[in-house]
Amino acid sequence: MRDVLMIGGKEVTSRLFLGTGKFSSHRLIPEVIRACGSQVVTVALRRIDPEYEEENIVSYVPGECILMPNTSGARNAEEAVRIARVARAAGCGNWVKIEVIADNRYLLPDNYETVRATEILAAEGFVVLPYMSPDLITAKKLVEAGAAAVMPLGSPIGSNRGLRTRELIRILIEEIPLPIIVDAGIGRPSEAAEAMEMGAAAVLVNTAIATAGDPVAMGRAFGLAVEAGRLAYLAGPGKTHEYARASSPLTGFLRD
Amino acid sequence: MRITLNGREEILKDGTTLTELVSLKQLNIGEVIVVYNHQLAKKESWPNIVLKENDGLEFLRFVGGG
Repeated sequence: MRDVLMIGGKEVTSRLFLGTGKFSSHRLIPEVIRACGSQVVTVALRRIDPEYEEENIVSYVPGECILMPNTSGARNAEEAVRIARVARAAGCGNWVKIEVIADNRYLLPDNYETVRATEILAAEGFVVLPYMSPDLITAKKLVEAGAAAVMPLGSPIGSNRGLRTRELIRILIEEIPLPIIVDAGIGRPSEAAEAMEMGAAAVLVNTAIATAGDPVAMGRAFGLAVEAGRLAYLAGPGKTHEYARASSPLTGFLRD
Repeated sequence: MRITLNGREEILKDGTTLTELVSLKQLNIGEVIVVYNHQLAKKESWPNIVLKENDGLEFLRFVGGG
């Protein structure tokens, strides 16, 4: 059986989405993409600071990847919509990760503004992947608003604290008829594997790979973990039990 | 004339075109995204855009992000 993830009418080959922030050198990015197999890659849009010369990130992303600009920096729906329109008009394709944040300490998303932005952009033909605090009612509204997937956070952005919202994500996976992509907070491959075993359609990882001692090796580790977790989900894990259940037969012992 | 570039007021000589402003700032034309009075300005149009008093410009680029 072919296991295909479809988003916005496109077949996505890898269930590991990669963020490109925080890499010590842009040159690492193509190497990491090769090592982890990611096809969907996020970028951000910023004002140019003439004092700080930075190279164009897009030229480091292989052409076959799907670019997913995020709307980071937006504090409300209108700003997110504006960023998305500029990114699309600048040739970034029609995928967009909605990120509306008005909280500086935990960088938690504003679910209400996120729904509003999703509605506007989906109506304009964008493939909208909203980043959100895992909440069932918001997720249902995102479905109605035309989102292509729903991206709940595992823990705060860049915190590497793993799946602290596990129970709420489980509910979204169970109830929402769209791909659930765990975005933010995943710090280790084992946590990515766990999200996939739970039935997440994909995970988006940035900090955990970009700030690892060896980002290329960590990218590969995440790629393998996501694949293993997905396989385990499809294989159907066995039941858990309170007490021991012998794995060897309990009869016919060799005794005097 | 006065314009606003990336939130800062700047004084430019009258008749400056958008292309001239981009090269004045020593920016790589290939990667600059220009939002001119809230509209994306395509590169082909830059030489024909003569800046005027109170214009608002944003010079943007794609950067790493998650």
